[in-house]
Amino acid sequence: MARTLITVPQDAKRGDVVEIRVLMAHPMETGYRVGSDGKRVPRNILRRFTCRLDGEVVFAAELFPAVSANPYLAFPLRAERSGTLSFAWEGDGGFAQTETAALNVA
Amino acid sequence: MPMSLSDRPDVPDPSRRGVLRACGAFVALAVARPARADANELQAAIAAYTGRHEVKPGRVTIDVARLVDNGNAVPITVRVDSPMTAADHVRAIALFNERNPERDVARFALSERSGRAVVSTRIRLATSQQLVAIATMSDGSLWSGAIDVIVTLAACIEGEG
Repeated sequence: MARTLITVPQDAKRGDVVEIRVLMAHPMETGYRVGSDGKRVPRNILRRFTCRLDGEVVFAAELFPAVSANPYLAFPLRAERSGTLSFAWEGDGGFAQTETAALNVA
Repeated sequence: MPMSLSDRPDVPDPSRRGVLRACGAFVALAVARPARADANELQAAIAAYTGRHEVKPGRVTIDVARLVDNGNAVPITVRVDSPMTAADHVRAIALFNERNPERDVARFALSERSGRAVVSTRIRLATSQQLVAIATMSDGSLWSGAIDVIVTLAACIEGEG
């Protein structure tokens, strides 16, 4: 399991737009670099990120090799109700990881 | 009087030639790549994304340092001028670059649930180049914003990253 950092504001009032920040430890190997053995290092990137609130997709991103290592994303969400946010990353080599966090709306 | 480097980047100051040789060679390498071909590639990638729909300039702002000292992780924020209501919101933002190995950088899907049309991430930049963001609105209209950035330490060349 790769390490993740997920920041969800916990003081949101109904109707507020909150910023959710996520980061996953991942090399995002571009497939263009040459290793010390003179061979190209095979591509290994995260291709897709999806954020859902109680199953409903609220944000998604498609990533390419131009995204830096340890991909960081910050995106907005209008807080309308409390619920469970799920964060899913998918990548090369069958990589898949899902984390969850609570969204509490006063 | 010796000519300063900033006036003529292709003619290094002779008294500093030894120090600048490696750097100068690197700059020459970057400049030697035909800029027009890269711009055409960028336009082709954008056309492939937008199809035959008209792209209007405006409403999209790219917030990034104009002078980047490390291309391996460049913070970037794309904002779109939109009320983000059910009737009028941003559905997608696509970010393209001119001179990395691939034209695509990232694509984002938003909805009226987003509340604001703003996305931030960190990207790699192989060299000085133009960045273009395309926003797709809920009514299907397409808007674009562009910015030129200067990169002094490139991604993809120096070691890990």
